[in-house]
Amino acid sequence: MRSVAPLLLLAAVAAAIVADAADDGEYAARRRAMIAEIKVDVVATAEMLKRESLDARVWAALERVPRHEFVPPEEQAVAYENRPVSIGHGQTISQPYIVAIMTDLLNLRAGARVLEVGTGSGYQAAVLAELGCRVFSIEIIEPLHAEARERLSRLGFDGIRLRHGDGYYGWKEEAPFDGILVTAAAGQIPPPLLVQLAPGGRMIIPVGSSFFVQDLVIVDKTKTGELRTRQVLPVSFVPLTGAH
Amino acid sequence: MRTEADSARRGHRTAGDALRAPRIGVGLLSSAVLAYEVLLTRLFSIVLWHHFAYMVISLALLGYGASGSALTLCRGAVEKRFRVVFVGAAALFGVTSVGAFAVGQRLSFNPFELLWAPAQPARLLLLYAILAVPFFFAATAIGAALSVCRGGVSALYAADLCGAGAGSLVAIALLTVASPHRALALIGAGGVLAAVVAARELGRARAAPTVVLAAVALAVALAPASWIAPRPSQYKALSQALRVSGAEVVAERSGPLGLVTAVANHKIPFRQAPGMSLATAIEPPEQIALFTDGEGPTVVTRSDLREPLPEYLAYLTSAMPYAVLKPRSVLVLGAGGGSDVLQALRLGARGVDAVELNRHVVELVSGELAGFSGQLYGRRDVTISVAEARGFVAASSKRYDLIQVSLLDSFAVAGGGLYALHESYLYTVEAFELYLQHLTPGGGLAITRWLSLPPRDTLKLANTAIQALARCGLPAPARHLLVIRGWQTTTILVLARPATSDQIARLKTFCAERYFDLAYYPGIALAEANRFNVLDTPVYFEALQELTVSAHRREVFLQRYKFFVAPATDDRPYFFRFLGLRALPELFALRARGGMAMLEWGYLVLLGTLAQALLLSVALILLPLLALRRRAPERCDERRDGVTGAADALRPSCPTRGLRARSLGYFAALGAAFLSLEIAFMQKLILFLSHPLHATAVVLTGFLVFAGIGSACSRRWSGGHAVAMAAAGISALTAVYAFALPAAFSRLLALPEAGRIAVTFAVLAPLAFLMGIPFPKGLEALQRLRPALVPWAWGVNGCASVVTAAGSTLVAIHAGHRAVMLGAAILYGIAAALYPGRGQTSGGGA
Repeated sequence: MRSVAPLLLLAAVAAAIVADAADDGEYAARRRAMIAEIKVDVVATAEMLKRESLDARVWAALERVPRHEFVPPEEQAVAYENRPVSIGHGQTISQPYIVAIMTDLLNLRAGARVLEVGTGSGYQAAVLAELGCRVFSIEIIEPLHAEARERLSRLGFDGIRLRHGDGYYGWKEEAPFDGILVTAAAGQIPPPLLVQLAPGGRMIIPVGSSFFVQDLVIVDKTKTGELRTRQVLPVSFVPLTGAH
Repeated sequence: MRTEADSARRGHRTAGDALRAPRIGVGLLSSAVLAYEVLLTRLFSIVLWHHFAYMVISLALLGYGASGSALTLCRGAVEKRFRVVFVGAAALFGVTSVGAFAVGQRLSFNPFELLWAPAQPARLLLLYAILAVPFFFAATAIGAALSVCRGGVSALYAADLCGAGAGSLVAIALLTVASPHRALALIGAGGVLAAVVAARELGRARAAPTVVLAAVALAVALAPASWIAPRPSQYKALSQALRVSGAEVVAERSGPLGLVTAVANHKIPFRQAPGMSLATAIEPPEQIALFTDGEGPTVVTRSDLREPLPEYLAYLTSAMPYAVLKPRSVLVLGAGGGSDVLQALRLGARGVDAVELNRHVVELVSGELAGFSGQLYGRRDVTISVAEARGFVAASSKRYDLIQVSLLDSFAVAGGGLYALHESYLYTVEAFELYLQHLTPGGGLAITRWLSLPPRDTLKLANTAIQALARCGLPAPARHLLVIRGWQTTTILVLARPATSDQIARLKTFCAERYFDLAYYPGIALAEANRFNVLDTPVYFEALQELTVSAHRREVFLQRYKFFVAPATDDRPYFFRFLGLRALPELFALRARGGMAMLEWGYLVLLGTLAQALLLSVALILLPLLALRRRAPERCDERRDGVTGAADALRPSCPTRGLRARSLGYFAALGAAFLSLEIAFMQKLILFLSHPLHATAVVLTGFLVFAGIGSACSRRWSGGHAVAMAAAGISALTAVYAFALPAAFSRLLALPEAGRIAVTFAVLAPLAFLMGIPFPKGLEALQRLRPALVPWAWGVNGCASVVTAAGSTLVAIHAGHRAVMLGAAILYGIAAALYPGRGQTSGGGA
């Protein structure tokens, strides 16, 4: 009996490893299916987005980040569906299609400095980190900040800098930023963030409610410091019918 | 005139006749049920959003239909133990009314996930079922009384209607003096007390059960706040604001118009500056946010009389009219926390009149927050009025350099299309005409809205302005329009006179200095229209060109555009509904590709409510019918409890042939017609009585009490004749009212409020009196011919009411309130033709 016990233990450990691997394999397959679906959506929306596909690095980043780890356990089964998912505290993790578009529109090179206002679950920060960016992220809701810190650390995203506090004033010590993503805009674009945007940099603000992004506001700062905004409708809906 | 009551006394007395009808108990119970319905809508508006509350409660009212089914199936038992059934059901209504809300709000139902999370539809169904329970018990008590107490139908129905009429006043009174959840508990206790009263009415009540019921009533009234206080959804703006560290509720006010919550955050302050220009680095001062039913917010901005007023207010698109017109006298409609008042003062106005509907908002800004706001509403150059905006303008003889309509809805609510069903008389063609008449010769009307892509609000406003200007006799309406857009808001300025070159020059300078774009001015060029906030195509410019260049191009555009941007009118006051039916399938297909934000929830909720109500109603109506058919096939030779004998089967005029079908049509038509008229009049009278609360109270009380009097009087008249006369009278009056009332009301709008209420009662009294007659006459006929069908008919009437609540709103959106009224008149005619007692040779039929 004594000699059987270690064998049983070994078998149990092996089974657990195999099960984990099977899980990982299953989630990886779901991720690939999710990306395939987003690719179709991007093609369908090409006229609005002015592009037929996204940067290959964005697809690669989406494929590497385990989205199911960024949602509550009870939502993991739907983590790879192309829709927003509730993460508690009245917040959501954005629809993957919108995450992909925003990441692509930021147009960041590896090593770029990017500020995110509204960490949420940390998923968007993780995707940006996978692009090779230096990510700084601020969250106003303390429990969300704590959960994101633990999660990102557990998943090995140690390079992402997190802070709990008011995103209005940005992260002055780490400015300027090549890209800024404001997922918690409250009726205005905070002027301190515009100051912290580097010349040639780009800010993206998804406008809408917790669940639905209505449109994306893109703020570009020219090399000479001038500001211009552009609005992108992430849906292939043309309101006029018939010929002009 | 022979009466049906006489007939019943003559030869058809049954066990039910011996019972004394519990009229007071029915009246009290009906009062509690109607008050409960109002309260539940209020409470779920706090927990969820108004239109989801509307859907949930509409469906829960199918408890009435379910009670009809249950009474039909258990008729024998109900007859034998009527006293226990009535008292028990009334008491259970009282207890479950409180319990159902406490449980229902804990279901974590999130309507925004309905389309993709399978758990949400399941939770929604469970919510319907839970909330239907109290309505089921109340309807069971009343339906049992109508079914069992034969000979007293008219009086019972009168008590039911008069009680319900009083209930609307009870609800408003309770909401004025108590918090919504305490009002709920008191209404629940009222339901139990109705049981106590009924027990005494129905016979000698023993002391022990009375004491027990009284103790239950007390326990319900004192239900702990932790069980029943509303818990707003975590996705509401208030819930989210309170999660931010440092946030604290500094004041709260509750009333019939909503729960107003003031939230301060000194650590991470609110800084609301909708669409503020990117050309400035100014930081708005600290603000306190005022949430109504957890949505909004409108903000109170810190200001100090000794310091300059906040400068950021000059960098919003809503500041444009001040640059163009330099107004000295300003009227702000929808003052809220005072941002627009502050803006007017900051930008040079010498006097500001401000109007706010919710007195609690004004009390907060003038009271607890007076110091914080710099005594904004107490300044000598500011006059604040608590009034409905349109009524205020109609009653005023003043003219203003600028009339400013504020951003009255939150971005999330506007963006989600939650107001699609919301009637607003602020943005109709007739309202714009009124505003234009109150402008000084060089004045203007300004409205700021959230920017929407593709354009919706702004196009509808421009279209409305063009129609109003044309109706004012101005030859070139388009020359009076100026429209700009920022990155988040748009502002339209409608000028009393054509725009001058100086004004256009000032407009251009204002926009250029603030990185705002010109969307329209007379003579605008494409190159000017898409410079700072660049759109893929200059859709605002293009659409506004189509609307302004000629009437023909405008009509073509309106037909081709997938959103509904034709002007709202007083007959179809649905400004916030933009979703066209033809765009719905396309947007639904695009929901995973970013199209979800364009699906208007208010409209979808209405369609969903109607579909669900229809399905459930059919089930509730058919199931008991199938059971009845098995027990007692509809044959004239089978008269267990009717008035005719076996020989009737041989007579071609057999009165019960097709009785079920006739009864179905009769009671469904009555339920639909009664509610259609009630809803249509409530809408018409919001404008005349200048206040939604007054309209609700006056219309509900007037309709129900006068209908109750009609029902009480109807016992003297024979059934078929009375129904035919009543239907003819209702149809004639409704047709006259539909065409004559708008003009008559607009002439009488200047009357003092008491006079307008008196006019309203005078208008409603004859109509409602007649509307109280057909239902009890139909029930009395059924009691003679086929008593088993009485509770079923009660259920049919209940189901028809629920379907109509959604259906008439849909008709009003697409065809107008006049169409709803005329439809109701036709339904009364149909009902008269289907009267169940038609062809009856005994019992007083016509």
